[in-house]
Amino acid sequence: MLLNGVRFAAIARAQGGKINEMEQTMTVSLRESMQLVSDPQNLDGSVDEVFQMMLGVTCRRVSGPPATEPESVTAVVGFGGLLSGACVFKCGSTAARKIAAHMTGMEFEEIDDVVKDGIGEICNMLAGAWKGKVPNLAANCGLSVPAVITGCDYKLHVQAPEFQLHHTYQFEDASFEITIVCDGLQ
Amino acid sequence: MNSRVGDPGMSEIRALIVDDSSVMRKIIERSLRQAGLNLAVVHEAGSGTEALDVLKAKEVDLILSDINMPSMDGLEFLRQLRAQNLAPGVPVVMITTESSEEHVKQAIQAGARGYIRKPFTAEQVKERVLPLVNAA
Repeated sequence: MLLNGVRFAAIARAQGGKINEMEQTMTVSLRESMQLVSDPQNLDGSVDEVFQMMLGVTCRRVSGPPATEPESVTAVVGFGGLLSGACVFKCGSTAARKIAAHMTGMEFEEIDDVVKDGIGEICNMLAGAWKGKVPNLAANCGLSVPAVITGCDYKLHVQAPEFQLHHTYQFEDASFEITIVCDGLQ
Repeated sequence: MNSRVGDPGMSEIRALIVDDSSVMRKIIERSLRQAGLNLAVVHEAGSGTEALDVLKAKEVDLILSDINMPSMDGLEFLRQLRAQNLAPGVPVVMITTESSEEHVKQAIQAGARGYIRKPFTAEQVKERVLPLVNAA
């Protein structure tokens, strides 16, 4: 899976918001904030915020990958502007249907369009919450609309990432993975 | 609207919710009801373009709109509302993941009256939306 599509969409949004002008003046400050940008606790905080406020559930970070399921849903939101990369949210059918159920108050037997839409929106809010933890990023990094992929037979390729965060979280009896990958930082 | 929110008669509000996520539109509608709004009718649109079409055919008392949407984003939707003189005086509240001061400033300049960051609670919706509805 290549990230170019979502990244270009995010860059276009960033440019629409006059972010180009800001890039020139804020180049140094974001590089200097590298430690803050790549702080793993920002991702933990974003997950807490999104899942508690929108789903009313508490998540905890766990070690190791989540249990493999035959069906999975992956949502990707691209970052563009001072930071380029993506937020990738991946979960199995159990977690996807639980998340959608908490969001809508409905029960789901399968991964239908509503479930996919819900997972895309969760990824969107996680990406927004994560970049909002760093003031320079909040103002100078655009988000693409979410792309949602079903199926497991794919690999995420990123050439020479600046940094990558990869966490697994659990709530109730379900788990999910989030990857924040940055392949460009100005 | 028939009366103000909190009055014994409770206002009947005609709302338009603009978001490319159908799940998020339902969550926003639920939050408005939890906030105490008596929603007589809720129109939905998946983009700014669809929202403009709705407003050409329907009258509403309140608009809630996302910013990041395909086809026409929320900021362009606000500009088009003004340019086409649609829904004059109707309060528009942005509900979006974009939360920087720059985004808020752009939205307010384009005509938004309120701003709620996703993720949000029903209490935040109540705090930001009820004063606008009661003042209308």
